[in-house]
Amino acid sequence: MSEQTHEHGHVVPYGKYVFIWLALIAFTGITVTAAGIGLGNWTIVLALAIASAKSWFVLNYFMHLRYEDAVFKTFIAVAFITFAIFITFTFWDYSFTR
Amino acid sequence: MSSSAHTAVHHVHRDDYGSRMGMWLFLFTELILFGGLFIVYAVYRFVHQQEFHLAAQELNTVVGLLNTVILLTSSMTAAMAVTAIQKGNVRFAKGLLWVTVLFAGAFMLNKYFEWSAKIHHGIYPGSPDLLAKPEGEILYFGLYYVMTGLHALHVIIGVVFFLFILRQIGQGKVTPTSYVRLENSALYWHLVDLIWIFLFPLFYLIH
Repeated sequence: MSEQTHEHGHVVPYGKYVFIWLALIAFTGITVTAAGIGLGNWTIVLALAIASAKSWFVLNYFMHLRYEDAVFKTFIAVAFITFAIFITFTFWDYSFTR
Repeated sequence: MSSSAHTAVHHVHRDDYGSRMGMWLFLFTELILFGGLFIVYAVYRFVHQQEFHLAAQELNTVVGLLNTVILLTSSMTAAMAVTAIQKGNVRFAKGLLWVTVLFAGAFMLNKYFEWSAKIHHGIYPGSPDLLAKPEGEILYFGLYYVMTGLHALHVIIGVVFFLFILRQIGQGKVTPTSYVRLENSALYWHLVDLIWIFLFPLFYLIH
């Protein structure tokens, strides 16, 4: 079974891509509208939250991550954790040394 | 076990799974490349909040929004091209790839007009007008040119990949039974889309 998925991959129907595209466009609309309202410091938090949600859809569906093995998911977890460590330590440094 | 039934070219040594894994590993180096720039952006924005807000007013949100829609749509057509070739519909796959390339061209055309307008207004790295501005605004525009420029370079490389794949489809080297190169090119294109998903709000939507 697993051999088959390795060689041929998962065929995602066109309709699913259209649905994901609609979701991405809707999220874009929300970000632009939210930025226009002026939520102060929450604007950036909301913008990053929506960008992350959009990334989740792109990674899982367009990039087929959800149809890949655990190895791929582990890879991406390691990459994101590494990046999160960079960010955390940079801001840690900035918050306490300035 | 069941792979021999599916793979007509079984005698050819190939490992699609490994190819995709290699592509993902490469994409992580891209993530760290842009990630480093995003950290620089985060720190400077944290230090120069007011000036970043002021500088961002100069950008045209409509152009940014248009390019966001263009890239999201092109990502969809690239993903659909993979489905098309998996289903054996080679003509449709080629058509979708051409549409993707056209969208990329439209993105670059927008970028060209956008940058031209900025440069026309005297805002470009090292320009006298820019250097007369406060430090935070200089940093904002420096990052704007470097990050969107590096991203635009990736758009161009993505187009080159797709044109190469179109040629290989024509030569019968990318087929409904062997399409991992198309998959990997699409993965690259989705990464270009992913990066823009963050660039757009961080540069165009600061109010």
